Amino acid sequence: MSQDPAHGKGGAGASAPSGASAALGPEAHVMVGNADLFVNWARKSSLWYLLFATACCGIELMQAGASRYDLDRFGAVFRATPRQSDLMLVAGTITHKMADRVKRLYEQMPEPKYVIAMGSCANTGGPFYKDSYCVVKGVDLLIPVDVYIPGCPPRPEALIDGIMSLQKIIMQKKNYGAKA
Amino acid sequence: MEAQAIFDTLKGKFGDAVVELQSEGFSPAFIVVAPAAVNGIARFLKDDPALSFDSLMSLSGVDYKDRLAVAYHLHSMKLRHAIGMKAFLPSEAPSLPTVDDVWPAANFQEREAYDLFGIGFEGSKDLRRILLPEDWEGHPLRKDYKYPDFYHGIKV
Repeated sequence: MSQDPAHGKGGAGASAPSGASAALGPEAHVMVGNADLFVNWARKSSLWYLLFATACCGIELMQAGASRYDLDRFGAVFRATPRQSDLMLVAGTITHKMADRVKRLYEQMPEPKYVIAMGSCANTGGPFYKDSYCVVKGVDLLIPVDVYIPGCPPRPEALIDGIMSLQKIIMQKKNYGAKA
Repeated sequence: MEAQAIFDTLKGKFGDAVVELQSEGFSPAFIVVAPAAVNGIARFLKDDPALSFDSLMSLSGVDYKDRLAVAYHLHSMKLRHAIGMKAFLPSEAPSLPTVDDVWPAANFQEREAYDLFGIGFEGSKDLRRILLPEDWEGHPLRKDYKYPDFYHGIKV
C-alpha cells in the first residue's frame, strides 16, 4: 500500500488535489513552492570553488576533484578566477606574506560567498602554531569561515563531507522568509 | 686534492687571510678565512686549474650567539673533490664581499642570508629580501630575534 500521495491516484478514495493536478496536464508552466528552498537548492548545487591551493592540502583537493572522488557530482567545479567563484577552499598554509592576497581574493568574489578552511594549517596554523613568525594562526583571523575540515591533510572523503556540511548550512539560509 | 693540500696551497698564496683548517667533525673540512679576503680566495678556488671549484653547492648564514658566520660549500665537478670555506663575522653590522661575480648562483643564497641573518654582501648585484615581505622588520633566524606582536594588524 503506497503512503505517497502523488502515487495514490490508482488507489481507493483518490483525494481532490491529485485529481486537480491531473486536470492541469503537462503543459502547465507554473510551479508553486518555497522561494528560499528553491534559491538555496540552486546555490548549494553549483558550488564553484576557487582554485586556491598553497600547500599539500592542495594535492588532496586535486585528488578530490579528479575522477576517483569526482567532486563534480555535487556541482562543485573549480574556477581559476575569484569573480566566477562561490566558494573559497583555503587549502594549505597561509603566511603573513600571503595574507593580503587571501583577503583580496575573498573581496573579489561575488556574494553570496562561502569559505571552507581545509586542513590544520588553515584552521589554526597547525604544526606552525608555536614558534613561527611567518604563518597566520588560522585563516579565520583574515576572513569569515563557514566550515572547518580537520586533518593534515584531510582525505578527499573528509573534504567531500565538508562540502556536504556546507550544503546543509546553505539549505538553512533564509533569503526571503526573514523579511516577512 | 685533499683538504690539507688545498689549505697549504691557499696559505702559500694568501698568507694571513687564511686562518685555520677545521677538519675535526666536518666533512668536507672547513677552511676558515678572513671576511675581507673572501672574494679573492673564491676567485682563486674557481680559476686555479688544480682546484677548479666550479660549483657553489650552498652558501648559508650561521649564528653562534657571540658571532655570525657565512659557510660556503664548494664542489668541483671536473676534479670531483669538495671543500668548505667559512668566514666569521661580528654580530654588530656583519658584512663581507659578495661572491656572485664568481658563481652567479650565489646571488639567491646571499639574499637568503641577508633576509634571515642580516648579513650584508658588499658589491652584490641585487641584495634585497627574498623570502619575507619587503617591509618586514628584523632578521628571524638570529638567536636574539624578538617576534613582532602584529604584522599588518594580524596577530603573529
